[in-house]
Amino acid sequence: MTAIEAKRRAEAPLLRRLLRLAAVPAVAVLGALIVGAIIISLSSMASGPLDLMLPLQAYGNMFEGAFGSVRGILFTIASATPLILGGMAVGLAFKAGLFNIGAQGQFLMGGIGSAAVGAWMAGAPAIAAIPIAILSGALLGAAWGFIPGALKAWTGAHEVVTTIMLNTIAGAIIGYLVTGPLEAPGFGFSRTGVLGNSELPAFEGTTIHLGVLIAFALVPVVWWLLWRSTLGFEIRTVGANPDAARYAGMHPALITILTMSLCGLLAGLAGAGQILGISHFMTPSYGTSIGFDSISIALLGRANPFGIMAAALVFGAMRAGSGLMQIEAGIPVEIIDVIQALILLFLATDVVIRRLLRIRAESAEPDELQTVTKSYGSGSPT
Amino acid sequence: MTETPARPPTLEMRGITKRYPGVVANDHIDLDIRPGEIHALLGENGAGKSTLMNILYGLATPDEGDILMDGQPVTIHDPNDAIDRGISMVHQHFMLVPVLSVAENILLGDEPMANPIFLDRRASHDRIRELGNRFGFEVDPDAKVGSLSVGWQQRVEILKALYRKATILVLDEPTAVLTPQETREIFAVLRQLTSELGTSVIFISHKLYEVLEIADRITVIRRGKVVGQRVPAETNEEDLAELMVGRDVNLTADRGESKPTDVMLVAEDVKVNDDRGHEVVHGVSFEVRSGEIFGIAGVAGNGQDELVETVTGLRKTTGGRITLGGTSITTASPRDLHAMGLGFVPADRHRFGLVLSFPLTDNIVLNDYQSEPYSRGLVRNDDAIRTRTEACITEFDVRTPSTDVPAGTLSGGNQQKIVVAREFGRDLKLLVLDQPTRGLDVGSVEFIHSEVIKRRNAGTAILLVSAELDEVLELSDRIGVMYRGELVAVVDARTADKEEIGLLMATGGKISPEATKSMTAELEQAS
Repeated sequence: MTAIEAKRRAEAPLLRRLLRLAAVPAVAVLGALIVGAIIISLSSMASGPLDLMLPLQAYGNMFEGAFGSVRGILFTIASATPLILGGMAVGLAFKAGLFNIGAQGQFLMGGIGSAAVGAWMAGAPAIAAIPIAILSGALLGAAWGFIPGALKAWTGAHEVVTTIMLNTIAGAIIGYLVTGPLEAPGFGFSRTGVLGNSELPAFEGTTIHLGVLIAFALVPVVWWLLWRSTLGFEIRTVGANPDAARYAGMHPALITILTMSLCGLLAGLAGAGQILGISHFMTPSYGTSIGFDSISIALLGRANPFGIMAAALVFGAMRAGSGLMQIEAGIPVEIIDVIQALILLFLATDVVIRRLLRIRAESAEPDELQTVTKSYGSGSPT
Repeated sequence: MTETPARPPTLEMRGITKRYPGVVANDHIDLDIRPGEIHALLGENGAGKSTLMNILYGLATPDEGDILMDGQPVTIHDPNDAIDRGISMVHQHFMLVPVLSVAENILLGDEPMANPIFLDRRASHDRIRELGNRFGFEVDPDAKVGSLSVGWQQRVEILKALYRKATILVLDEPTAVLTPQETREIFAVLRQLTSELGTSVIFISHKLYEVLEIADRITVIRRGKVVGQRVPAETNEEDLAELMVGRDVNLTADRGESKPTDVMLVAEDVKVNDDRGHEVVHGVSFEVRSGEIFGIAGVAGNGQDELVETVTGLRKTTGGRITLGGTSITTASPRDLHAMGLGFVPADRHRFGLVLSFPLTDNIVLNDYQSEPYSRGLVRNDDAIRTRTEACITEFDVRTPSTDVPAGTLSGGNQQKIVVAREFGRDLKLLVLDQPTRGLDVGSVEFIHSEVIKRRNAGTAILLVSAELDEVLELSDRIGVMYRGELVAVVDARTADKEEIGLLMATGGKISPEATKSMTAELEQAS
């Protein structure tokens, strides 16, 4: 790209720039829905003749479920909430040139931290119990992000490897704690104690709890941090060119540790919100794929907090609408996992999409996908 | 050799036009290359040489124009097509695989098969040896390319072209990384190639005296157009420079008298390890005074990079001490040094000096971003950053459409001006310049050199490291020569002899006087 072209792009109207940024993700979602439609059509053959209208019905139901009612919309928003935080936990790391696969573990540690402290403070006044419970989860998540950050900075251990290991370790720790020290008596199954006053307040009769507001409020905060603060400049410089960062007097090792801790904090908050606001307790094998979906969200949102918010709402809508789709169209909710995987596949073929759409890469900007693809094996100790 | 050819030109490019959005990179360029001719292509960065060669090599498609080879029109779709037609390109940055052997590198992409499964190793090795012998470079086909010197790696590239029976050999800035002696050897090889095999050579360079020495004909390109064609006998450096830049050019910086004052930088017995932990600087001592330029000459890879990184705080010393104005900076960080008044233009602007994906604004404050007025606490001040960037762009004449374009979209010369503007634009005690003009066009070199002299005259101590001996000779007041991690000599630049320094660079002066004598004789003969 020439400088002149770069200027033209930089000065294009905001809407144009947004469209250019959103083009590839939009095509990825559209492509995934089309391939998903083919799969849905084919699946109709299991119970009768090929039904070409079935996908339209299924998607229609899904849309109706997600946006057709106030309740649906609120459910969409609530479903998007942990994905926004998790997505930012992965996206922020991308900006520092790190591939945080550990959002899952950080989420779980955040969840168990707030479940434990929340239950312990169940009798305390809500004004104290809630902030402390949330903070405990966030900090435990941050600690779970700090570890791979420090390992990378001090020993050069690659974060992809360490975060995957820490995910497994987090799962095992929760299994131990919830069947052992943290198990609450008097239930028919292993779970943590009753939250009492630590439970997050929610709007009357909805799933919109305090954590939802926190997540949406953090979107502009993280954006500001990245693009308007000196710390964000350091994070982005380390991500774009660690050698230049050293030359500029920055400390890539410290930035790596700090960024991973912040990522852990965000994912930990997601866990805290889910436990304190939605599930209200932790079980030994807390089933969730939020940490992994966060990776898709961060990629779909191009590691931009607002993009991540949009991507999380898309995923949240699918999740919220899938129930109605299953009831009305008889398509199992698992189809949305298929569609999400297809989205990722389309994103990974970014180059192909660009060629089809005849759009060139924005700039030399190292994008998230590069971090993913170069990630393993090329990491140098910072 | 350059008389009217009996045969049609080996290559003819007629009316080649290539437009990119906003620029015409090639505007009806005509170029003809005769059999057995060394044809120099001269032009500033961004003049359109690379585009033209990319078109020839099938990497770009022309919007208009024809390519004829031996009188026949051809279309070159991709590099394989070009190679099949006998066009070979030796890039400035060698395209060799360091962990593979010489033979493997040469065969790569065109592997001779003994049968459908196995390579015909023996036959290919024999042919490589034979080619090497014929052109006076016996190279072991089994040697790992990574273990060869830069000069030998280049020969491997040329061998690769010969192996593929190239009729047109394109060399992009082939001498940028060579010592004067190596350059002369390569020139001898090129002459032999053209006279014995009738190979045509397209020689891209910005070193005017080299072009005058080696070329049969010279074509000068400026802003996408051919602005002149010359025969060396009928031109000189000034004429070529003027054609290239389009105005009078001051080829040698007017350095004037230096007035050194107090000792500013002192290095005592400095030892440094490379990334693998091997000691590559073995106890180097020198000092630089305020108001003087101390140049360090040396073939790339003799420890200069590591020494510079140590002085600028990017690398730890393993022994010795360094002081700046009497204060120890042996363990100082880049930020400490920046605060103490160190300016540093790193050798690799893509690696250290710039973040190519960031806008010019961010690059201008790359190492000042955390201080007033560019930020207060955590909050960045975009207005102050923009004001500073605009001032730099004006003062250093950076050609850019705006302050917000990514640095990577500017030409090399303008990128370097951004680095120079950032590092020169404040009060300095010491300025460290590592290859400050590598890969830049004449106009930018002239500009940067005059800025360096200005800084020296203002009383800044300057440490200059360059693999370009000419640059060291031109700017320095005193010259040190690095060889295998040691400073083998320090000479006064006014009395320095280019040949002698070249020899010191190549041998460290550690061979016997007789050998030196015979080598010198050999060199004289060669030239």
